[in-house]
Amino acid sequence: MAALLEVDRLCVEFPTRRGVLRALDHVSLSIAAGEVLGVVGESGAGKSLTGAAIIGLLEPPGRIAKGEIRLEGRRIDNLPPSEMRRLRGRRIGAIFQDPLTTLNPLYTIGRQLVETIQTHLPLSDADARARAVSWLEQVGIPGAADRLFSYPHEFSGGMRQRVVIALALCAEPQLVIADEPTTALDVSVQAQIIALLKRLTREHGTSVMLVTHDMGVIAETADRVAVMYAGRVAELGPVASVIQEPAHPYTAGLMASIPALDRRVTRLAQIDGSMPRLNAMPPGCAFHPRCARAVAQCMAEQPGLMAAGRTEAACWVPVKEALHG
Amino acid sequence: MASYIGSRLLQAIPVLALIGLLSFALFAYVGDPVTIMLGQDYTDAQRIALVHTLGLDRPFYIQYLRFLWAALHGNFGNSYRIAEPVSTLIAQRAPATLELALTGTFISVLIGIPMGVITGIWPRAAFSRVFMVISLIGVSLPVFLTGILLILLFSVVLGWLPSFGRGSVVHIGAWWTTGLLTVSGLKSLILPATTLALFQMTLIVRLVRAEMLEVLRTDYIKFARARGLKTRAINFGHALKNTLVPVITIIGLQLGGLVAFTLVTETVFQWPGLGLLFVQSVAVADIPVMSAYLMMVGVVFVTINLIVDLLYFAVDPRLRVRRSGGGR
Ligand SMILES: Nc1ncnc2c1ncn2[C@@H]1O[C@H](COP(=O)(O)OP(=O)(O)OP(=O)(O)O)[C@@H](O)[C@H]1O
Ligand SMILES: [Mg+2]
Repeated sequence: MAALLEVDRLCVEFPTRRGVLRALDHVSLSIAAGEVLGVVGESGAGKSLTGAAIIGLLEPPGRIAKGEIRLEGRRIDNLPPSEMRRLRGRRIGAIFQDPLTTLNPLYTIGRQLVETIQTHLPLSDADARARAVSWLEQVGIPGAADRLFSYPHEFSGGMRQRVVIALALCAEPQLVIADEPTTALDVSVQAQIIALLKRLTREHGTSVMLVTHDMGVIAETADRVAVMYAGRVAELGPVASVIQEPAHPYTAGLMASIPALDRRVTRLAQIDGSMPRLNAMPPGCAFHPRCARAVAQCMAEQPGLMAAGRTEAACWVPVKEALHG
Repeated sequence: MASYIGSRLLQAIPVLALIGLLSFALFAYVGDPVTIMLGQDYTDAQRIALVHTLGLDRPFYIQYLRFLWAALHGNFGNSYRIAEPVSTLIAQRAPATLELALTGTFISVLIGIPMGVITGIWPRAAFSRVFMVISLIGVSLPVFLTGILLILLFSVVLGWLPSFGRGSVVHIGAWWTTGLLTVSGLKSLILPATTLALFQMTLIVRLVRAEMLEVLRTDYIKFARARGLKTRAINFGHALKNTLVPVITIIGLQLGGLVAFTLVTETVFQWPGLGLLFVQSVAVADIPVMSAYLMMVGVVFVTINLIVDLLYFAVDPRLRVRRSGGGR
């Protein structure tokens, strides 16, 4: 499969008074057409930042210092703002975490949908409205035609996230970045939203970059997984391999700490210590201070992604044995 | 909707009654209207007759109700200074003040809101910084000083604009006069309206800017960007509309403050409006005019508050649902 999106040695930096902080360090990953790439990692690992860089919405002073982002082989990280704007929503969409705050409270959802549709597609008012209704139906809003005139506050959280999904997909982007789309929702509706997202993106052939803390969701939804640690990709590979035969000691710890695959990665019970801060990154591999397998090379030289078993891992001494079974 | 307006109007009634009481107290107990009206020489019989005609021998609450009743009919008695009905004086002066206040507000909103948006979108740009410094000066300068400085520059030094009065006016209908239709009227309006606008404008700019900075950080603006909406639609549509509720509140409060500022401005520019009338009346203790002015200021405040509430209602759908009790 030819990659739809390629992130190639991407570095994102924040200039601060006390020097430059490198928040993403040579992040490389790719997403094929129609593929779901799961992205996991502890809080602050750089997951959201990677999404923001891809969609061209890094908050200043954050900036791409090195590397490239390519969509269908064409560089998009250096596009002029107006071209990047046209691409957002049309070719790369985004779903945010908290549906209570992502919808403009003062406009009806119909207006927000129609505005988004007409920004990207040359449709008449009537056609745009029909398309808006069709999308509300697709995301499972009952009485879609009437609900066009409702305001966000008239919907429940789960329903609002459905509206957000409709807004993100209504111009049929090729890729959608879903940054923890269910974290803010009631546990009872999380599964529904994930199922909806999975079904819609499959029907429309949309690729997904799914950021989540929920390994259960990853196991069920993703084709491949990227494990991030301290602004770097620690491991990248097919979902089954990463879960069952992780090569990076960090991934191994991550997986071992959630045996039933239904708990959230909030804290790593099995790995002592915590992720280094950006202004105190250790030399070599960022994980070595917490790593039982570390050797001299780990402290001196930063590993890049290398083939290791069925996955790629940024590790000099990858784990060989399978975790489960 | 109707019940919302209704409840607002009901709330306004006690407020107005209270203002009426104050203005009645001023009318009835400050100074002695009988002495003032009789002059130096009078007999006791004359005095008693006048007291009776004025109803001053009736109980307090009867007097108050009669005052309110008369006020409702626009009758505030006669001015002591100029022996004319207060209502006539006010009707003569009101157009001048209204034109001045509305022009000033119009200018300040027209310039203030876009400048607030622009300096909010590009807070670090050089022109934003320059503008903010200017507006800081605008906020800190007292209105009378701005007025005097403008007169000094444009009337005294450059000689472009008149320094006082309203120019020649045109009558429209029975009781309205306007200076907006003559060259000298317009020229006379520029300096006082600018004086009035400057202070309001700088406040509006700072407020819109602060709100803009706040709103631009919200998730729904980020999501609007992520959907590729046009920058103009985001800044002047999604963002600006969300700054409106607090901005309307402050502009409403400001309009109240405008009463005070028109008073000063009219004095500086000898603008023949209500503020000047009031100042002249205070100087000679012309109580009926003062109490009518007080009453009118109260009505203006209450009306502005009502309009502000209605604007909230128009801007924010969340209020609509809560007020109408449910909805969908
Ligand atoms: N404006 C900024 N200035 C300095 N550092 C920043 C800034 N924004 C983000 N960072 C840093 O970038 C790193 C990555 O942040 P990011 O939001 O991508 O984490 P994340 O993996 O999405 O975490 P979470 O799971 O909590 O959402 C963090 O260490 C954060 O401190
Ligand atoms: Mg995040």
